[in-house]
Amino acid sequence: MEMQQFHYDNKIVTKFIYATIVFGVVGMIVGLILAFMFLFPNMTDGISWLSFGRLRPLHTNAVIFAFVGNAMFAGIYYSLQRLLKARMASDLLSNINFWGWQLIIVAAAISLPLGYSTSKEYAELEWPIDIAIALIWVVFGINMIWTILKRRQRHLYVAIWFYIATFVTVAVLHIFNSLELPVSALKSYSVYAGVQDALVQWWYGHNAVAFFLTTPFLGLMYYFVPKAANRPVYSYRLSIVHFWSLIFIYIWAGPHHLLYTALPEWAQNLGVAFSIMLLMPSWGGMINGLLTLRGAWDKVRTDPVLKFLVVAITGYGMATFEGPTLSLKNVNAIAHFTDWIIAHVHVGALAWNGFMAFGIIYYLVPRLFKTKLFSIGLANLHFWLGTLGIIMYALPMYVAGFTQASMWKQFNPDGTLVYGNFLETVSEIIPMYWMRAIGGTLYLTGMLILVYNIIATIKSGSAVTDELAEAPALERVSKHRLAGEGWHSWLERKPVKLTIFATIAILIGGIVQIVPTILVKSNIPTIASVKPYTPLELEGRDLYIREGCVGCHSQMIRPFRSEVERYGEYSKAGEYVYDHPFLWGSKRTGPDLHRIGGKYSDNWHLNHMYDPRSTSSGSIMPNYKWLVTSELDKSQTEAKMKTMVSLGVPYSEEEIANAQQHMLDQGTQIENNLYNDPDFVASYEADKNNAAQNGTPFVEMKNREIVAMIAYLQRLGTDIKVKDIQE
Amino acid sequence: MLKFVKNYMETISGIEIYPIISLLIFFTFFVILFWWVFTAKKEYINKVSQLPLDNNNQNDILL
Repeated sequence: MEMQQFHYDNKIVTKFIYATIVFGVVGMIVGLILAFMFLFPNMTDGISWLSFGRLRPLHTNAVIFAFVGNAMFAGIYYSLQRLLKARMASDLLSNINFWGWQLIIVAAAISLPLGYSTSKEYAELEWPIDIAIALIWVVFGINMIWTILKRRQRHLYVAIWFYIATFVTVAVLHIFNSLELPVSALKSYSVYAGVQDALVQWWYGHNAVAFFLTTPFLGLMYYFVPKAANRPVYSYRLSIVHFWSLIFIYIWAGPHHLLYTALPEWAQNLGVAFSIMLLMPSWGGMINGLLTLRGAWDKVRTDPVLKFLVVAITGYGMATFEGPTLSLKNVNAIAHFTDWIIAHVHVGALAWNGFMAFGIIYYLVPRLFKTKLFSIGLANLHFWLGTLGIIMYALPMYVAGFTQASMWKQFNPDGTLVYGNFLETVSEIIPMYWMRAIGGTLYLTGMLILVYNIIATIKSGSAVTDELAEAPALERVSKHRLAGEGWHSWLERKPVKLTIFATIAILIGGIVQIVPTILVKSNIPTIASVKPYTPLELEGRDLYIREGCVGCHSQMIRPFRSEVERYGEYSKAGEYVYDHPFLWGSKRTGPDLHRIGGKYSDNWHLNHMYDPRSTSSGSIMPNYKWLVTSELDKSQTEAKMKTMVSLGVPYSEEEIANAQQHMLDQGTQIENNLYNDPDFVASYEADKNNAAQNGTPFVEMKNREIVAMIAYLQRLGTDIKVKDIQE
Repeated sequence: MLKFVKNYMETISGIEIYPIISLLIFFTFFVILFWWVFTAKKEYINKVSQLPLDNNNQNDILL
């Protein structure tokens, strides 16, 4: 048989590794800054683009899409070429994939701190960047499938199936969740509203974890663990079952993020059932990974790569045991909205994704530079700092979550809440936030040690940019099954068919969940008294979105006695029909805001935004001084309302035409209310006189951002009053 | 639990068939999957599981 010579493209792998390391450091530093903001809320006092609400999406996006994303591409580009015995089909596409992805990251790093956000978790980027992501993702897919078609290895190893499923599913998820109608170049509204938006968002959010953070890394596990241990995977049969059952079941489980919310109960229960089932394929995969080391456990003692991989797989096992547990409604009732979830996701991110990435980096860099790792000792130090960091991070967060949830639910014998002031439940867990910050510092220190170790390794070696390899070309075989050929081995040499089957497997769950909710109107009982937001409230809502308030405040009161007692009547699906996008939130660092309307005076809100500690002693909310001083941009209001009309919000032509006047009237009303406070009058009039004397421009209170924010907050949850509910 | 499911579902016409179809899809999926896995030939499984280890990558020998 004629042998063909070819070169593996190592350059692209190296580039992605550099990007992984750079953005890993950035993402972790931003995370650490956020952790310290819990302890020093005024750390970035008055700097809008460094405020908590805007940095939080930057942290999640940097870690998920920049750090883990680049590590995923590095691992795939390395293993795919070798498993297929072929160079990537197109160097051009590889490079478009690389540079396009980095540009998207930079665009995110600029736009998120500036407040351009859709507020949908892990999908915060605005529509032009969404389109760029879709294009670059397709480039990656084309390059991968093209390479598969040009392969010299007939059978597709299981890792490649995971890569294919990753490509297909992330494309589907990203496109459907990002359907939004643009208002301007950097502002859009989700086409879905309220409950539907929540369902689509968490179908996406859950499966982004599944198909961006899990399936590609399982593929990498099936390649790099056998490589590092120098023995084949424990059970290839198990890996087949693992793959198909995982991708089939995963896609159904999204609604477990919305238990006890206004989501229809049948969808919640469907999500729970599938989440429990998910335990089996997840643990099947974990066991398969760990047992690959059978007879090689002695190597784990000496090889840092294996150490990282073993802890990564163990972390995967812990997170995937915890996931189904958290989806049980009685557990979820405690854990949801608390730091328990923060612990859960960080076990996934720090242990599973982080340690997999570190293991792969320590494995690849010496091979890509034809040298030995500069220091095994430093790699071991990184391993121990990282492991300790994970423990120091996760354990206090479990305690914090459990403590706070218990405090939220505790009643006095007379039926009142023991901790009626939300702040008491926050002050209680500040020591846990300290420990978390220390854990994060340890983990970041480990990462910096990696940076040094890798730079030193690269300096000691010389880059093998194009690695020579040889393999025979594939002979043509019949499209049909050969005599004696099993159905599955036939399928495995048919990549296109495999892709189609994988797509069908992931679409079934999505269709069953999403289609009924969207098509059947009766799923969301409408409430006659629920009216669209006024123009000023709509602008205020957009400020709420811009500042990322949803990162710390939910707008979803669950039907529990403790929540109804604390916040008011529980939330109804029909109250959200005009909410494009939904703002239910997923974490309560501060209290729920769904019934905040009318609870406090306009002055209270103004003072609270200017300095939260002036109204709530000990609060850890940052200042929002710029809201109080900046002028509200009203230039887009009519366009926003028209966009809302296209999405089914019943604004009349007249309302849109009178929007400016209406905003001025409502703003004036709030300004008049603010005059009730003599302190406000004194300082506001002083500012006004000051500006007049110096001849500097002065923005009247009724035209400032804070007025829109107050209008929105005072509106929240006031459409229905408890006494109105007769049903 | 079923009460809530029915409440929302009753309004969809032809809904009775949904659970049956779902069960069938599920059952068939896993039957085919396990049939596929159990009938796989041993030599094929061995060959494919060696794929990551099987290459003439000089750098691997180096380390």
